[in-house]
Amino acid sequence: MILVYIETRQGKVKKSSLEALSEAKRRAAGLGTEVAAVLAGTGLEAKGQEVSAYGAGRVYLLQNPLLEAYSAQGHGQALAALVGELKPEAVFFSATAMGKDLAPRLAARLGVSLASDVTRIEVKDKKLEFTRPIFAGKALLSFTLKTSPQIATLRPNVFALEQPGTMAGETVKKDAAVAESEIKGKVVELLAEKTGEMDVTEADIIVSGGRGMKAPENFALLKELSAVIPRSAVGASRSAIDSGWIGHAHQVGQTGKTVSPNLYMAFGISGAIQHLAGMSSSKVIVAVNKDPEAPIFKVADYGIVGDLFEVIPALKDELKKILE
Amino acid sequence: MNIFVFVKRVPDTESRIKINHEKKVVDEQGLNFVLGPYDEYAVEEALRIREAKTGKVTVFSLGTEDGLVILRKCLAMGADEAVLIKDAAGETYDGLRTARIIAAALRTKYPQFDLLLFGKQSVGADNAQVPSMVAELLGLPQANVVTKLELETDKGTAVREVEGGEEKLAFSLPAVVSAQKGLNEPRYETLKGIMAAKKKEIPVVAVDSLGLKPEELAIGIEVTNLDMPAARKAGRIIPGSAPEAARELVSLLRNEAKVI
Repeated sequence: MILVYIETRQGKVKKSSLEALSEAKRRAAGLGTEVAAVLAGTGLEAKGQEVSAYGAGRVYLLQNPLLEAYSAQGHGQALAALVGELKPEAVFFSATAMGKDLAPRLAARLGVSLASDVTRIEVKDKKLEFTRPIFAGKALLSFTLKTSPQIATLRPNVFALEQPGTMAGETVKKDAAVAESEIKGKVVELLAEKTGEMDVTEADIIVSGGRGMKAPENFALLKELSAVIPRSAVGASRSAIDSGWIGHAHQVGQTGKTVSPNLYMAFGISGAIQHLAGMSSSKVIVAVNKDPEAPIFKVADYGIVGDLFEVIPALKDELKKILE
Repeated sequence: MNIFVFVKRVPDTESRIKINHEKKVVDEQGLNFVLGPYDEYAVEEALRIREAKTGKVTVFSLGTEDGLVILRKCLAMGADEAVLIKDAAGETYDGLRTARIIAAALRTKYPQFDLLLFGKQSVGADNAQVPSMVAELLGLPQANVVTKLELETDKGTAVREVEGGEEKLAFSLPAVVSAQKGLNEPRYETLKGIMAAKKKEIPVVAVDSLGLKPEELAIGIEVTNLDMPAARKAGRIIPGSAPEAARELVSLLRNEAKVI
């Protein structure tokens, strides 16, 4: 069995969890095994149905009021107990903030090594071979895990999402045994200020600004451009972040986030090596820069040598025509 | 407050990575090694807490004597003590092995502490596994990717980054916290600090003195390949005025690249 942890946030199943489930379904065939999913919390029946349509033969609902607020200690305990019972060959998470927080906790509890933030999975000799970027994408490491179960977190936006089927799987409710005394920390509040904005790691399209944006107020141009593009987010280079023009959550590159959207548009970004590391796995790259010698053009599929303050508004108008 | 900060020696982010294909390792020749960028935020935060509340800051690292340089940097920034856990294994990419060593070192040598700080990830392996694993092995709460930290005597709150927003965590002490960019602005070492750091003795603790079994020190990951990503080719430059180029670009993105 490949067991997939399904994350819910603000009452919704995360798309990236369904990507992990889709990949589990594809790899389970090679392993000759089945796929199951697990959700934790309370009142998850409807979500269980939704998830089963993506190919989980069984969906386990781990129920306990102590699992309503996320805590690595509470969720880790409950998952470890389920893994002990089901003995899956592999456990997949999405490499979201929560997945990256929880998977190592589970792995340490089970005493197994962990494959983090993987971007490719293959089946070789009935074992999973994982590939993941290291040095933020400057190199690719492939490896197998010697311990079992094989636990991995899968990078969002990399693995194809399968279409939901009509066959509903079985939903199995389980009362999760959670020792309250073991929960010494938990989430107490979701800070709403920035919530609702799409994160660069989850966006299909990123419009990103660098030093060429010249001033913090000019990032409004990119926000306006992003506003006309569905599932898009605003990114930035390190120099724009370090100048304080936009919050560091937007930083793409080696000390920021590594992204692989369908389309990455770089405005006024020269293309320092640490930035290229973070975005070179994007499917299509567009660069707009005044300097025709900027290194960013060496990785861009399409380039415009010109003034971004003219190009961005023109681009916004053209995109409006076809997207609205 | 008794604070421990774990730090790692990593290649700086401007490094061009070369691969030794035969050994399936990153070629360290010619790389400039530095204190991990996220570790700097962790060290700075520890110093600020000590300055606000009194206490002691101990930094520690795992590896060969090459790591002494970054430990001295931490001392020069103002850390009180430094310890090197000596291990010849090199980069294993196995977070669990590292976490077991750190947990064993704390358990056997330094069982009394209030806060254990890390950078949110190294720069290189990029695993972001070790802080949570150490927390689990020691039965402590964790707050990862933290941009704001507030502590009282026996408890604290932290703000951490999540997709498109932030969440607030509450936890008891001792706790494990991993630092994200934005937590603070790390200080530079002073000349006086650098001079004092040179004179400080850095004890070296051998990995095999920590009571770990051979299977706990085994590497749980088998590297099958290490390679560079496929190089991208430069595409085409779209000519014309801004409105013309924008129109052509949107047309290409829709009809040729099919991404919008």
